[in-house]
Amino acid sequence: MDTAPLHDDTATRPQGWRSVVADWSSDQRSFKEASWGKVMMWIFLLSDTFIFGCFLLSYMTVRMSTTMPWPNPSEVFALEIGGAHLPLILIAVMTFVLISSSGTMAMAVNYAYRRDRRKTTALVLLTALFGALFVGMQAFEWSKLIQEGVRPWENPFGAAQFGAAFFTITGFHGTHVTIGVVILLVIARKIWRREFDNQQPGFLTGRKGRYEMVEIAGLYWHFVDLVWVFIFALFYLW
Amino acid sequence: MSELAHGADGPIPAAEVPEMELPHPHGWWTTYVFSQDAKVIGIQYSLTALAIGMVALVLSWLMRLQLGFPGTFSFIDPQAYYQFITMHGMIMVVYLLTALFLGGFGNYLIPLMLGARDMVFPFVNMLSYWIYLLAVLVLVASFFVPGGPTGAGWTLYPPQAILTGTPGRDWGIVLMLVSLCLFIAGFTMGGLNYVVTVLQARTRGMTLMRMPLTIWGILTATVMALLAFPALFVGAVMLLLDRVLGTSFFMPTLVEMGQQLRYGGGSPILFQHLFWFFGHPEVYIVALPAFGIVSDLISTHARRNIFGYRMMVWAIVVIGALSFVVWAHHMYVSGMHPWFGFFFATTTLIIAIPTAIKVYNWLLTLWHGNIHLNVPMLFALGFIVTFVNGGLTGLFLGNVVVDVPLSDTMFVVAHFHMVMGVAPVMVIFGGMYHWYPKVTGRMLDSAMGKVHFWVTFLGAYAIFFPMHYLGLLGVPRRYYEIGETSFVPASAHDLNAFISVVALVVGAAQMLFLFNLIWSLWHGKDAGPNPWRATTLEWQTPETPPGHGNWGRELPVVYRWAYDYAVPGVEQDFVPQNQPLPPRAQVAKGDATP
Ligand code: HEM
Ligand SMILES: [Cu+2]
Repeated sequence: MDTAPLHDDTATRPQGWRSVVADWSSDQRSFKEASWGKVMMWIFLLSDTFIFGCFLLSYMTVRMSTTMPWPNPSEVFALEIGGAHLPLILIAVMTFVLISSSGTMAMAVNYAYRRDRRKTTALVLLTALFGALFVGMQAFEWSKLIQEGVRPWENPFGAAQFGAAFFTITGFHGTHVTIGVVILLVIARKIWRREFDNQQPGFLTGRKGRYEMVEIAGLYWHFVDLVWVFIFALFYLW
Repeated sequence: MSELAHGADGPIPAAEVPEMELPHPHGWWTTYVFSQDAKVIGIQYSLTALAIGMVALVLSWLMRLQLGFPGTFSFIDPQAYYQFITMHGMIMVVYLLTALFLGGFGNYLIPLMLGARDMVFPFVNMLSYWIYLLAVLVLVASFFVPGGPTGAGWTLYPPQAILTGTPGRDWGIVLMLVSLCLFIAGFTMGGLNYVVTVLQARTRGMTLMRMPLTIWGILTATVMALLAFPALFVGAVMLLLDRVLGTSFFMPTLVEMGQQLRYGGGSPILFQHLFWFFGHPEVYIVALPAFGIVSDLISTHARRNIFGYRMMVWAIVVIGALSFVVWAHHMYVSGMHPWFGFFFATTTLIIAIPTAIKVYNWLLTLWHGNIHLNVPMLFALGFIVTFVNGGLTGLFLGNVVVDVPLSDTMFVVAHFHMVMGVAPVMVIFGGMYHWYPKVTGRMLDSAMGKVHFWVTFLGAYAIFFPMHYLGLLGVPRRYYEIGETSFVPASAHDLNAFISVVALVVGAAQMLFLFNLIWSLWHGKDAGPNPWRATTLEWQTPETPPGHGNWGRELPVVYRWAYDYAVPGVEQDFVPQNQPLPPRAQVAKGDATP
């Protein structure tokens, strides 16, 4: 069940691998410490990993199959700031913002477990703000590329697959971030209105509110950040 | 609640977590339509899948009419024929079999067989069904758009899938891809529920190794689906972009009607890899639940414990894992490097080992069993026969040198219909005859059931067995008509006509089944709670059909595995899973439960 277990038997349970074996051969639950929501999120993320994995592998494949030269990412993603030519500067800032948001998310989870309503709300909102900032910069980058004539089906720099893969993959990732921001905003509102303190039933599901939702949203958020690291490495640095 | 009970191998732990909060329906709409009860959702899934399956069945008649009597039916032009093929294949595989096994049987049986009150997240589970329904409606819509549904073949290979020569290129292919994406989204919501319910919401005493094999099959298939559908999803999204936005993920440089298209530089083979990384596991996504269900049917109706339960569980898991590394055996003719062909042929043949173990174990379960030849048992036996048949031809096609000449002939059509068409459908029928009494409280009529079985089983053989021969002659697959082809003797045409007539008869027998489903709702024999005298938990519910929350006040406690039939020394010929151990005196030497 989603609420706290009925009794605490951590003292008597076996440790290490033995505990894994013991848990999987026991009745009722295979992951003794994890709530339903958490297990569900982990399995969802596993499935989502396969989606991003397929996208990235497809990108690598078309990058190899195309006969046109691949554009040089450091040049395409460079900005002129105050006369200086800075390759990859925007992506560096975006990545920094997103990684920072993981930090604030982790702090939010920590305060959620201490039932610190104000700090949790503030940190969740800050995380959402970082996320929104990331999406905003992404939108800026998209519009810059579109102005320069990059389209999903063609671009002035070389292989058409560049635009296709870029817009598809960053678009798919950006959608994930946007959904994450919406989830975080909903959660921040719930914490602020004490819906978790009072275990108020959710509007759609009717399930009792609980602080653990912050942690589950956090799992999703860290995952989206981690995926970005791969996109960053494979798209901008390769 | 927390007093210790004793099971076969020691005390049964107390409940670890409080009971689940159930959403309570208020009124008719939330009880029967927007229900969050997994049983209702399961029935909704099943009925929707059967309805769309009927469409696929009618399409198969139309194809057979054309193949058996070429040129007789003017409304079947080549375009329409390709559209029929495509929709028939896709509907049968995805919208009928996958939805029916996982969404239908999975929803109905998982909570009941595990002693849970419902799925862990009933709201998400409900959404899963409605998104599936939406996917079906989008698919059906493609019959009514200008240009009709896509005729790209169920494999949807680019580049031809989105070129102008292919029927349904304007709207059909778009709707097909959108529908697939919706199906995957909806399935994911349900699938997460099934997995978490099995892993985290079992009742006291229900260890993984006491679960009925049905649950093992459904669990493994669901995990596989959660890992395989992403590849199809990604392929569908990129194909959609190629079609709608003009990207070139899959499209090489092409000249069409003397004009160079704007595509260039993409990789058609990439789509094949993505498709079959989904497509091969998909075969087992429909086969593993069938394996599980058939094991339970056989054990129950032969009144004998399943032979080698542990081996059966591991075989399911191993097959599930291996089936992710064999996909390219569908691509032997795509021009791959011989070393890859060698690798994929080897892994393909290795899968035969756990599969053969399962077949032997079914036979050993039947051996000395007290076989009741009732309708579910007949269908279970029918499954074994057709599955073994299809598996043997699979060994042929798994080898590169044998596959290359047979590829894209009727031999392949015969093979996959036997192994993933007829065999799983047999199990679906068997399962429906078996669980209908629990769902409705009444038995399906068994006289009608026997007619249904024999016509379907013998008919399926008459349809698909000769196709092996046609394939060996070299009759190609996906051909509108073969006309006067020198290597095809005239007798092959008579054979085609024969197959088509049988296909119509077999189709008619399915109408009898549907009639039976409806007729028995009112006129079926009263079933009582446990008509088959089965051990698994779903037959021990306090009410039949089970009410909301399944179990009344107290959850059942499980003391034993699911297969205590004809236990030596015990008077009753079956011991339900939730029956406490009999006093020592009644048990003859040693405990029969493992
Ligand atoms: C009464 C039963 C059935 C009949 C008479 C039938 C008949 C046919 C025919 C005539 C074709 C076209 C063969 C060709 O020329 O290439 C076909 C293709 C196909 N069928 Fe069936 N079928 C039946 C049931 C099923 C079932 C239960 C499945 C579920 C797996 C299934 C899956 C497929 C698939 C995947 C294709 C390939 C479509 C393609 O080539 O794109 N069929 N069937
Ligand atoms: Cu395969």
